[in-house]
Amino acid sequence: MNLEKLNQIVEAYLQKRGEKKRVCVCAGAGCVSTGSLATLEAFKKALKDKGLDSDVEVLPTGCMGACNQGPLVEIAPDDNVYQKVRPEDASVVVDKHLLHHATVPSLLLFSEPGKPALSEKASRLPFNRKQVKIVLENCGRINPESIEESLAAGAWRALHKALTTMTPEEVVAEIKHSGLRGRGGAGYPTGLKWEMVYKYVNDVKYVVCNGDEGDPGAFMDRSVLEGDPHRILEGMAVAGYAVGAKRGFLYVRAEYPLAIKRLEIAIRHARGMGLLGADIFETGFSFDVEIRIGAGAFVCGEETALIASIEGKRGSPRPRPPYPAESGLWGKPTLINNVETFANIAPIILKGGEWFSSIGTAKSAGTKVFALAGRIVNTGLIEVPMGITLREVIFDIGGGIPGGKKFKAAQTGGPSGGCIPEQHLDTKLDYESLQALGSIVGSGGLIIMDETSCMVDVARYFMDFCVDESCGKCVPCRVGTRQLLDILSKICRGEASLDDLELLEELGGYVKAASLCGLGQTAPNPFLSTLRYFREEYLAHILDKKCPAGVCKMSAEPAVI
Amino acid sequence: MPDVFNRAAQIGEVNKEDPRVKRILKVLETHQRKPDGLIQVLHSIQDLFGHVPLNFIALTARELRVAPSRVYGVVSFYHFFSLKPKGEHNCLICTGTACYVKGAQKLIDQVAKDFKIKPGRSTPDNKLGLEAVRCIGACSLAPAVVMDNEIHARMTPENISDVIHQALK
Repeated sequence: MNLEKLNQIVEAYLQKRGEKKRVCVCAGAGCVSTGSLATLEAFKKALKDKGLDSDVEVLPTGCMGACNQGPLVEIAPDDNVYQKVRPEDASVVVDKHLLHHATVPSLLLFSEPGKPALSEKASRLPFNRKQVKIVLENCGRINPESIEESLAAGAWRALHKALTTMTPEEVVAEIKHSGLRGRGGAGYPTGLKWEMVYKYVNDVKYVVCNGDEGDPGAFMDRSVLEGDPHRILEGMAVAGYAVGAKRGFLYVRAEYPLAIKRLEIAIRHARGMGLLGADIFETGFSFDVEIRIGAGAFVCGEETALIASIEGKRGSPRPRPPYPAESGLWGKPTLINNVETFANIAPIILKGGEWFSSIGTAKSAGTKVFALAGRIVNTGLIEVPMGITLREVIFDIGGGIPGGKKFKAAQTGGPSGGCIPEQHLDTKLDYESLQALGSIVGSGGLIIMDETSCMVDVARYFMDFCVDESCGKCVPCRVGTRQLLDILSKICRGEASLDDLELLEELGGYVKAASLCGLGQTAPNPFLSTLRYFREEYLAHILDKKCPAGVCKMSAEPAVI
Repeated sequence: MPDVFNRAAQIGEVNKEDPRVKRILKVLETHQRKPDGLIQVLHSIQDLFGHVPLNFIALTARELRVAPSRVYGVVSFYHFFSLKPKGEHNCLICTGTACYVKGAQKLIDQVAKDFKIKPGRSTPDNKLGLEAVRCIGACSLAPAVVMDNEIHARMTPENISDVIHQALK
C-alpha cells in the first residue's frame, strides 16, 4: 500500500458511489435494539419497488446521537433526519422524499404531533447547533463495516502523513502541542505520556487501547468503536510509530458484541490492505492490533488491572510506580490510552496541534463526548467543546427536564465522580472546574436527575456498585466500602444518627487516602459531593426520618422527644 | 472453596467427540496455548455451555499449563463467567445509573414478586433466570431489559412480566 494506491481505491469507490443520494440508517446499538435493521431492509425493498434501487444507496451507519428517537434515518446529503422510522414508514419516505423531493414533516427529528417541526435541516436543530464534532465526525455518516467508506472519509491518511513526513519525536511534539488530555477521566496530558514511553529504551513496547467502558451510564466509547472503528486503529498505529511499539491490544468490554464485531471486520480489512501488518505504506514500519475481550469487571478500567486482564489474569491492580510507561504489559514499556483519546489523534496529525488547541479552553483543549441520560428530554450521544456550560448542555442541547419537573443534579464521572447541583449549572465543563466542585469530567457519562431522585439513595447506589466491583486486594477498599455502604443504607432506612454521619465522613477520608487504586480512592466521591450540596437531605433522613424525594422506605418512626 | 478439582477429576474427562469441545480446542490453538489467552478461552466455554463446567477448568489448566487454581480464580473473578448453569431463559435487568434513576429497582421488585425469584437465581425448574446486571450501555433506552439477548427499551413494572411470559412460551 502506498498513497497512490490509496487514492486509486478512494477514487474508484467514489466513482462507483457517484452522486447518489444516501439513506443512512443508524445501526448503533441503541437504534438496533429499537428495530433499525428491519427499517433498513424495508428501505431496500421500498426502493426496489419504486425502481430507485440503483439511484439511491442504503447503508447502515454508526450512532447519530439522538438515541431516544430511534430508529434514526438520515437522507444525505440533504441534511434531513427522520425519527422513529418504523419499517412501514420506509415506503412513505421513499415516495415523498426520494421520489418527490419533499420532506415528511411528521417524521422529522424532534417533531411532535400537531406542532411545526423545529427545523427541516438536522444541523440547525438546537440539539446539534452547539455541538462540535471531531471524534464523532464520521459517526453516523459512514458505513463502519466498509473500509472504502472510511478511506473516502480520510481514514489512514494521518498515519501516512506521520510515517512519511514526521519523525517519532515530531509526532510526540505535535500531540504535546495540541494540549490533548486523557479522555478516560483523569485528564493526564497525552503528549507527556507518549514522551515517557518513547524515552524508555526497550526492544519491545506495547500500545494498549482501553475500551473497558465500565462506568454505568456511559456509552461514548461503544459508539465510537461501533461507528468509526478505523479511527481507533489508526490512532493506535500512529501511537505505535511515535513510541516505538509494534503490537497493540484493544481491550473491549464483552457487553459490546457489536463493537467487537465491527472492530474485527475493520482489522481484517486493514490487514488485507496492508494498513496493519508489516511494512505499512512501504516505510518499513510494522504494527498490528489484537482484540482482547473483557469479562465484566469494572476495576479492569484501571490501567494496571487492565494489563493483568490482557495477560489472562484476575484484574487486580498493583501499586504504581512503576507506571505502565516504564513497566506495563509483560513488564515492557506500555502506552495506555482511552478510546476517545485515540480517536483524537488522526485529526491532530492532519490538522496540527495548533488547530486542536484553538478549540476548547486553555487548559482543556478540544472537545468531549458525553452520554446524556437520565431525566432529560433528549438522551443520547453528544460532542461539545470543552468549556461549554452545563446549562447549555442540559437545557439547549438536552432540551431540559421532561414532565415539568425540576432539575436537581447532574452526575458526572460515574462511581468516581459527583453530583453537581443547580447553583453550579453555569460551571464550565472542563477538568479543573469540575474538580473544584468535587466531581470529575470522567469518561463522559452525564446523568441528569430531577426532584424524584433521592441524593442519599444515589450515593448508596454508587457505593453498592463499588462494594460489588472492589477486587478485594486492598483492605481499605474491600472492607471500607462495605462499612460505608452499611452506614449509607442505615441512613436510607432512617435508622442512622448524627454520629453515623460523622463516621461516614471520617471513614470516607481514610478510604480515599489509603486505597491502592482509583476505584477505592474515588469511591467516597459520590457521597462526599452529595453531602456537600445536599446535606439537608441527609439530615432529613437522619433527624426527621423522612426521604424528601419519597424514594427511601423508612423503617423507623421519628423519635418522640 | 470445596475440593472442586477432586470433583473435577471425578466428573471425568471431557468428551473429545463433542463438536463444542473441538471448537474450544481450536480457540486454544489460535492463542497458541499461551496463558494470556485464558480469558478468551473461557469466553468460548461460557458461550457454548452457558457456564464453565468444572472438567473444562481442568482441561483449560492442562492445555495452557497453568494451575487449575488460577483458572478457577479467573472464572470466579469476572462477572461474565459462571460455575453454575444459567436458566433456560434469562432476564437481565440493567442497573446502570440511567436505568436506576428511571426505576430499574421497581422492575426487579416486580419480577421478583411475579416469578418468586431473586436476582442472581433461577426458578426451581431452571426455566427462568433473573439477573441485575451492570450498565449495558443502552442508557438512552432506560430502563432497559435484556430478555434472551434481545434489548427491550423503556420497560415498566406493568409490562415486564408480559415480556417474560412471551419469551417463556
